[in-house]
Amino acid sequence: MAQASISQKSSLAARRPGARLAWIGQGFLLLLALGVLYILVTSFFKGPILFIQIVLSGLQLGFVYALIALGYTMVYGIVRLINFAHGDVFMVGAFVSYYAVARFQLHTWPQMVLRGIPPGVAVVIGTITVILLVMLVCMALAVVIERVAYKPLRDAPRIAALITAIGVSFFLEYYGALNFVFSPRFIPYQRPFEVVTFYISNGIHQLQPGQAPPQGSLLFSNIFIIIMVTSIMMQVGLQYLVRRTKIGKAMRASSVDKPTARLMGINVDGIISFTFALGAAFAGLGGVLYAIAYPSINTLMGVLPGLKAFVAAVLGGIGSIPGAFVGALIMGQAEALTMGYISTPMRDAVAFTILILVLLVRPRGIFGEPEQEKA
Amino acid sequence: MTFNLQFLVFSVLKIVAVLAWVYFVLWALGRKPLWAKLVGIAVAFGVVQLGLTRFGDFQLMNDFDRGLLFQACSMTMVALGLNLIYGFNGQFSLGQWGFYGLGAYAAADITYRWVNQDASGVFVAGLGVILGGAMILAVGRLVKRYKGMPILSQFSLYLIGAVLAGYLAVVIGNPIARAFAGGFGSADAPGILQSAPIQQAVFLLAVLIGGAFAAEISFLFGLPVLTLGSDYFGIATLGFSIVVQTLMVNTDTLLPFPEMKGGRGMIGIPKWTTWAWAFIFLMFAIIVMRNLIYSSTGRAIMSVREDETAGKAMGIDIAHYKLLSFVIGSLFAGLAGGIYAHYIGFLSPGTFDFIIGFNPLIIVVFGGLGSMTGTIAASFGWLFFLEGLLRVLLGQLGTEAPTWRYVLYPITLLLMMLLRPQGLLGNVEWGFLKRPIFPPRKGSSTATAAPPGGELQPAGE
Repeated sequence: MAQASISQKSSLAARRPGARLAWIGQGFLLLLALGVLYILVTSFFKGPILFIQIVLSGLQLGFVYALIALGYTMVYGIVRLINFAHGDVFMVGAFVSYYAVARFQLHTWPQMVLRGIPPGVAVVIGTITVILLVMLVCMALAVVIERVAYKPLRDAPRIAALITAIGVSFFLEYYGALNFVFSPRFIPYQRPFEVVTFYISNGIHQLQPGQAPPQGSLLFSNIFIIIMVTSIMMQVGLQYLVRRTKIGKAMRASSVDKPTARLMGINVDGIISFTFALGAAFAGLGGVLYAIAYPSINTLMGVLPGLKAFVAAVLGGIGSIPGAFVGALIMGQAEALTMGYISTPMRDAVAFTILILVLLVRPRGIFGEPEQEKA
Repeated sequence: MTFNLQFLVFSVLKIVAVLAWVYFVLWALGRKPLWAKLVGIAVAFGVVQLGLTRFGDFQLMNDFDRGLLFQACSMTMVALGLNLIYGFNGQFSLGQWGFYGLGAYAAADITYRWVNQDASGVFVAGLGVILGGAMILAVGRLVKRYKGMPILSQFSLYLIGAVLAGYLAVVIGNPIARAFAGGFGSADAPGILQSAPIQQAVFLLAVLIGGAFAAEISFLFGLPVLTLGSDYFGIATLGFSIVVQTLMVNTDTLLPFPEMKGGRGMIGIPKWTTWAWAFIFLMFAIIVMRNLIYSSTGRAIMSVREDETAGKAMGIDIAHYKLLSFVIGSLFAGLAGGIYAHYIGFLSPGTFDFIIGFNPLIIVVFGGLGSMTGTIAASFGWLFFLEGLLRVLLGQLGTEAPTWRYVLYPITLLLMMLLRPQGLLGNVEWGFLKRPIFPPRKGSSTATAAPPGGELQPAGE
């Protein structure tokens, strides 16, 4: 048996002499990796504080991408559709929170209704209310999109659904850009709470308004902490939902085999809608956090973060929830480091270069399971 | 309500006339004796040329229509290329706009340098394209000898070759260009190299070099990326067009092309595109496309779309035909870019934004995947329709009209996908683009067996 397999292998090698030349590609990749490593190490030793500061900003970006990427990875896992409209749901989330905060002052309701409540608690409750509202609106939007645009095409070729997704994305962007909707301008975003900046130099201190941070100190703000905590919490919660609850089991079953899941009594259409809604809720949350962190909103703001989050999902292994998280963090770092050390506009280019490299080297991503053959 | 009925009627008439013209061109191209064909094409060309000519105060097609016409010609080429990649070969590409931009910038840079007394564009870029092509052929033979080489290794070899070719082109091309510097003359006494015929020749060269450049880049890019599945390929090509646009923004900072002026846009490109050139390139694209599709190569390309496994079983080299259609499609896009750049005279990265890059995709989907007629008619109809719609809406909505346009067409796209996924002209081909009927060969055993039209039809799924 063993003899036969060996001889088969050697004859294969004789027929395919190029297989021995894999080292060219590997060496090429190694050189590339060494080059990137060299840039990183030298820039770290040039200014460690600056480097860590850039890494922190990359983390902040990465945590927001993680929230968006979760939606992509879940939807792709179940319906095998790149939901281009996801980035626009993210945009809608940012706009809804803008209207809730700037127009309707929703975040101040605890102070209005519950008198004598400490201001810190009031701000927290108010912000959470805004976020919950945004999540609800985004969920409703996603369910409507799914029912109107994607469901009738469930059995059509996948490309038709993809084109529809692009159409929906366009519609949201440009319908939003009408003057009576969101208007096409860049709108300064009003945060529901004050930014508090901290600096680390001999311990953590709060930076007073108007005070310059001491030389060589590391800055971070409460926004960073909020984004980090929320993103990790959502990640853990989603992991729990998918792994431990009944609906999570149904989601996993639908992603593996829809007809069989249907035979087992799972309402697959309901599960798909639920997945879209869940992803949209995360996207809406991401939109609020993104707008809080980078306070200028526009109807086209969701396009590139959406695409980058998709890249992050592919990088982590599409369909895998921890993968999306890790991929998003890597993307955030790559983008922040590019902005810091190469050139700001190149941030978009780097994201897609990573995508192409990942697809070449390991198409199933970091955590992805090998693609199974399906009929 | 300032509803301009006269304008509306006029726009509709214009669209009908344009579509009738397209029909006539395709009909004329399909006539049998060569002289009838040539007369038909000449008439089609002449009618538009007459329309563009100014007789005293009267001009049938004003500058606005002229611009639309040229844009429609370049858009047709881009969309035909995309239809080859996506409609006939089944590879969902969103990168067509990137190749269009590459072709436009490459061609524009060459002629820009030429009118600014610098021949280096022609020689360096031309040599680079020639050497790059030679390199691709040479490495291709090497790769063929070592069968089974991993894609990544092939890609590395091609990349090394491309860098070498580019370096050689710069080293050899620049001295040659300097030797020609004397021929330009001065600003008030233009030398022989600034005479009109030479300029036209340089324009042709520039467009061809731009197209070839786009094609070679598409080869390098497509080689690794075409091995991916359709969705991933779509995203990777979308990424490509974003990377290209980012590079365009950085032409003067990261790339050594200060004359492209980065995000501010490249101005001062000579406007050398005439109706004759646009028409010639349009005819070129249509004829090449049709003859390709109805050849055995075309059937192999379509078999990739229909069923890769079955195609492989019939001995078709799937990877080869995917790459071939991708490269030809990008070549069309690159040529169209050159035509566009020299008509508009101004290039900015905003033109090549990937959001606008969905336009050719929408045209192809509207016209019908795998329908050449649909693509051509949709490109012409779409541009004239959208601009007409814009004019109508402008009267009603003012500055919001362009946004409304973009609100309406996703809705049409959605309805299209739901109601008529094969496109408006899904199974229709006009005149020249109809499937040719070859008389059965004498003594052929299959002469009586194959019913006409029973074979693979170039139509959508």
